[in-house]
Amino acid sequence: MSALAGACSVTLDARVASAIVPLDVRAWRADLLARLASGARIVTLYGRPAPSAHAGAAAVMVTAVVQLTDGRLEVTRAVMDAARGYHAMTADVTALHCFERELHEQHGVRVAGHPWLKPIRFEAGGRAARDAYPFYAIEGKEVHEVAVGPIHAGVIEPGAFRFMCLGEIVHHLEIHLGYQHRGVEPLLLRRDARKLAPLVETIAGDSSIAHTWAYCAAIEALTAGDERAPVGPEIEAARGVMLELERIAMHLAGLSGLAADVGFLQGASSYGRLRTTAINTSMRLCGSRFGRGALRPGGSGVRLDAEAGAGFSRAELRQNLALLVNDLAIIDDCFLSARTVQHRLKGAGRLTTAQATELGLVGPAARASGLTHDQRAFGAGVYAEHPVTVVSEPSGDCWARARMRIVEIGRSLAWIAGVLDGDPVWTPRRASTAAPLELVADRLVVSVVEGWRGEAVHCLETDAAGALLHYKVQDPSLRNWLGLAIAVRENEISDFPICNKSFDLSYCGNDL
Amino acid sequence: MSAQIAVLALAHLVVLLTLPFVVVGVIQRTKALWAGRKSPPLFQLAFDAARLLRKRPVYSEVTTYLFRVGPYVVLVTAVVSGMIVPILGARAALGFPFDFVWFAYVWGLGRVALMLGALDTGSAFEGMGASREATFSAILEPALFLVGGAACLITHERSFDAVLALRATTVTGGAGAGVWAGSVVALFILVQVESARLPVDDPTTHLELTMVHEVMILDHSGPELAALQVGSAIKLTVGLSLVAAFLNPLTGRAGPPLAAAANVALCLLLAVAIGTVESLVARWRMRAVPQYIVVALIAAGVALLATTWQIGGAG
Repeated sequence: MSALAGACSVTLDARVASAIVPLDVRAWRADLLARLASGARIVTLYGRPAPSAHAGAAAVMVTAVVQLTDGRLEVTRAVMDAARGYHAMTADVTALHCFERELHEQHGVRVAGHPWLKPIRFEAGGRAARDAYPFYAIEGKEVHEVAVGPIHAGVIEPGAFRFMCLGEIVHHLEIHLGYQHRGVEPLLLRRDARKLAPLVETIAGDSSIAHTWAYCAAIEALTAGDERAPVGPEIEAARGVMLELERIAMHLAGLSGLAADVGFLQGASSYGRLRTTAINTSMRLCGSRFGRGALRPGGSGVRLDAEAGAGFSRAELRQNLALLVNDLAIIDDCFLSARTVQHRLKGAGRLTTAQATELGLVGPAARASGLTHDQRAFGAGVYAEHPVTVVSEPSGDCWARARMRIVEIGRSLAWIAGVLDGDPVWTPRRASTAAPLELVADRLVVSVVEGWRGEAVHCLETDAAGALLHYKVQDPSLRNWLGLAIAVRENEISDFPICNKSFDLSYCGNDL
Repeated sequence: MSAQIAVLALAHLVVLLTLPFVVVGVIQRTKALWAGRKSPPLFQLAFDAARLLRKRPVYSEVTTYLFRVGPYVVLVTAVVSGMIVPILGARAALGFPFDFVWFAYVWGLGRVALMLGALDTGSAFEGMGASREATFSAILEPALFLVGGAACLITHERSFDAVLALRATTVTGGAGAGVWAGSVVALFILVQVESARLPVDDPTTHLELTMVHEVMILDHSGPELAALQVGSAIKLTVGLSLVAAFLNPLTGRAGPPLAAAANVALCLLLAVAIGTVESLVARWRMRAVPQYIVVALIAAGVALLATTWQIGGAG
């Protein structure tokens, strides 16, 4: 068993797959519940087809990954007969609801006693199943339903929302996704596992760097084996800077949208303008405003020169950062001190710490409700060299989620400045294509990257011949959508847009 | 004399039909300046309307004639209401006793037509918008009557002439100032609510769930959309002109051309004020809008109390 965690900024765990002995279903269930009860946090739970013990019955290998409070990942597995299944754990641990629904939907595993066994994304059944979505209904003379979407005003992704309201107050919101389902996971298995980066970059276009880093780290762990060194500190630092630039750009986009949604013109225009500076900085570094091509397994597409010339120099990068710091100080003050902005955001869409824990929220949405997990705090590599202090806000409302973004932008800018203090020079480097490294056989790799929206989780497993057996992708949105639904309860329906924007979740990341 | 009246009436009509485009353009320009952006052309609304007039409207299968008639009722009521308000700081061509009551209900008629059209679509959004509009305008209505009543009582006039009289000569001292200030505040808020401006409503939002006025015009298209857009621009201008008439220092002190020019200029200044408010504050939470309307009611109440104090003192 190799422990690669510690060599990389990503929370990573690579193991010999056959060394993880699958437990008996009951024992696995009890084991997982016990781990979660003793303070571990669920990271992911997914299934993959397993060789069947006897013909006719579909067997599924279910893998659960939990994270201990010190950041270590632990894996526990079970092989189960899909038709027999197991008894749902969602009733005990609500955070598992989406994983069990997905397990049921993807592999037909019977999850007995699940309280909310609804489709996540309509893998099978297509349009007919989608149109027959079993919406929860509230009855009564005064209750009315408002259906929004799946096509929305404005250029955003499709998703259906149904509100059950009493007057202007929302009693229940049901979010019905799946319109963006592209079959990402099967697609990833169809190609050479070492050349998936361009595909992985498009899983969720606003989190390209986070997903691609998770993929690269996993492939590097799979090709490196036990003895070789991971990618050098230079590539690590470049990846860190790209990830933080993505965070800054998307948080600025979120703040701009939030300001526009409350009708605060100055915030909308200034944050929107500054986002352009942030994504243009990414473009100068790697050629793409969205960080496409910046990360490759064993390589890097990021270029930073010491002197001004044809490329992008450190001085220019520092200049862009200084512009952001300077202008943000002005507009942040303007936004935060506006009484009407406070009036709109404070108290709207509140999620308590207990609720956020129960729902298993991740990323800034969780930290805005007082939780403190951030994968960057566990990372070694460049995040050990330049530590990130985890920020959290206690109040859990839209105001907290807006403040969270503002504070994180500041921290990320300071972090990049810290990396630049070492006067780095980065040159694009591709891993040698002459003799591509083979994947190590029989490995399970889990890599977790803290993107701007939360943790992107990639689980890769190779078979005995070194071919990719399974690729599991998980965007933070999968877990946070229910947080939004719960947050808008007992709020005014007219406050839904700002609650939605304050979570800023991905449809395609959920729908895969 | 009758020639002068005819010229004034003609000028009134011309201003009523052109000023709204400028007012909307000035608001857009003000907002663009505050946002550090390039503004659309001053007459963008006119270009939009011309473009929409060339388009064929699209109707939902469930709508009836109510839906089609609504926009034109809005446009006509806006124009008709504008004919009796002293837009030029002088008596309007069609002014008559108790015309402000008529004015209130002509606006009300336009609103009802718009709300019925919205309900006619059977859409949950439009129903919500109509319900919000009905609630807010019901709370708002007394403000206009309190202001009108106060101005008429103190000036012994019975129509919008009271505004001019109040401005021109008759009333001085604390009571006059009370009536004046209360009326201006109440009417400014009334204009913000009636024309769906921030902080009450956001005319530029794309979020159906937060809309009041905008959501009721979502399903309209083509010439009917143009009628609605121009109609609300006219309503906005008429409202602002009324506030301007309260503020105009030249009323009754200068010749009609000068007073008229001053009134139009003041109206544009008020448009700048509207644009500035929209640039500097966020929108109220929906729940707080009635509270904001109550401010208008209180201001109008102050105007009426000042009046009774004055009359009591005099009598």
